Amino acid sequence: MSRPNLQTPLKQVRGLGSARGGTHHFIVQRITAIALVPLSLWLVWLLLSLVHLDYAGARALLATPCHAVLMAAFVLAAFWHAQLGLQVVIEDYVHTPGLEIALQIAVKFLCVLGALACTLAIVRIALGS
Amino acid sequence: MAEIRLPKNSRVQKGKHFPAPAGATKVRTFKVYRWNPDDGQNPRVDTFDVDLATCGPMVLDALIKIKNEIDPTLTFRRSCREGICGSCAMNIDGTNTLACTKAIGDCDAKDVPVYPLPQMEVIKDLVPDLTHFYAQYASIKPWIRTQSAPPPDAERLQSKEDRAKLDGLYECILCACCSSSCPSYWWNGDRYLGPAILLQAYRWIVDSRDEDTGARLDDLEDPFRLYRCHTILNCARTCPKGLNPAKAIAEIKKLMVLRQGA
Repeated sequence: MSRPNLQTPLKQVRGLGSARGGTHHFIVQRITAIALVPLSLWLVWLLLSLVHLDYAGARALLATPCHAVLMAAFVLAAFWHAQLGLQVVIEDYVHTPGLEIALQIAVKFLCVLGALACTLAIVRIALGS
Repeated sequence: MAEIRLPKNSRVQKGKHFPAPAGATKVRTFKVYRWNPDDGQNPRVDTFDVDLATCGPMVLDALIKIKNEIDPTLTFRRSCREGICGSCAMNIDGTNTLACTKAIGDCDAKDVPVYPLPQMEVIKDLVPDLTHFYAQYASIKPWIRTQSAPPPDAERLQSKEDRAKLDGLYECILCACCSSSCPSYWWNGDRYLGPAILLQAYRWIVDSRDEDTGARLDDLEDPFRLYRCHTILNCARTCPKGLNPAKAIAEIKKLMVLRQGA
């Protein structure tokens, strides 16, 4: 037998009040999405032009400043956007206390690590080391 | 964590069948969700064969006929029977709508399914518990909030253009069809205000006579209260009044961006 809830419905609805946030997340999610539209088209074009190149040729093409910068921009925008999107998915569906915060931190760490690793790879290709 | 099956005492079972009387000429079958909090039984779906030759054209007419002539224990809310009170909101033929404005002839299923509004806790049969929904409505303080004293000898005036901004908003009757059709409201209805309440909030935000716009936006600016809307658009599809709560929510988000800049 569950105890009756003695809090009023309005007390439960108001909860901890408004977080006065979420707009920044909303804006950045859309800006990264807009950035990814041309960057994705460029990436498809680049991958198609890599198809008939050998390893050295592919490295050389990616090492050109224009392509290296665009690739870095794509990687950063994609991981940023992925983190923002996964954050919402976890907020939506994971309501277990502890697990939710652990997942949020894990996603942030993985996205930052992925972005850093990809950026390092691009830098090494671009600088020829 | 997620549960795949309903708890044992919530699984819906096959109910009773009430055949049409002899001599019925135009029979349509209704499969109606039944649950009684007092008998300890599982919910069930009863089958009623209704003679439409002696029944009004709307689903509500059929429900009233069932209650009057077949099974007086069938429980549902109804009042105005003309789509203005919102009492008879329920899930008919797979869509949340008002029983009084849904024509039986417009139902696609051979046996018309009639269920209570989804996600809401059921009080009995087709009657959902809207306590939380109404508390959310109260939380947005849905009345004009001003600092300036009203003119002593006149109403607070509004231009025709400003009045037109309330069209598509003031018609909302708070039937809860949209909110209970929203998957985001299903998962996070404890904190997400849902389409109906956000449309009502926007109705006051956009009202030229209200002076508390900033505070209203402050109260909504929250990852859960407002930003759980993922533009699924079930709300606009299901609204029996033909309104577009999703657009009202999008307008609120635009104002949030406008006041701080990208």
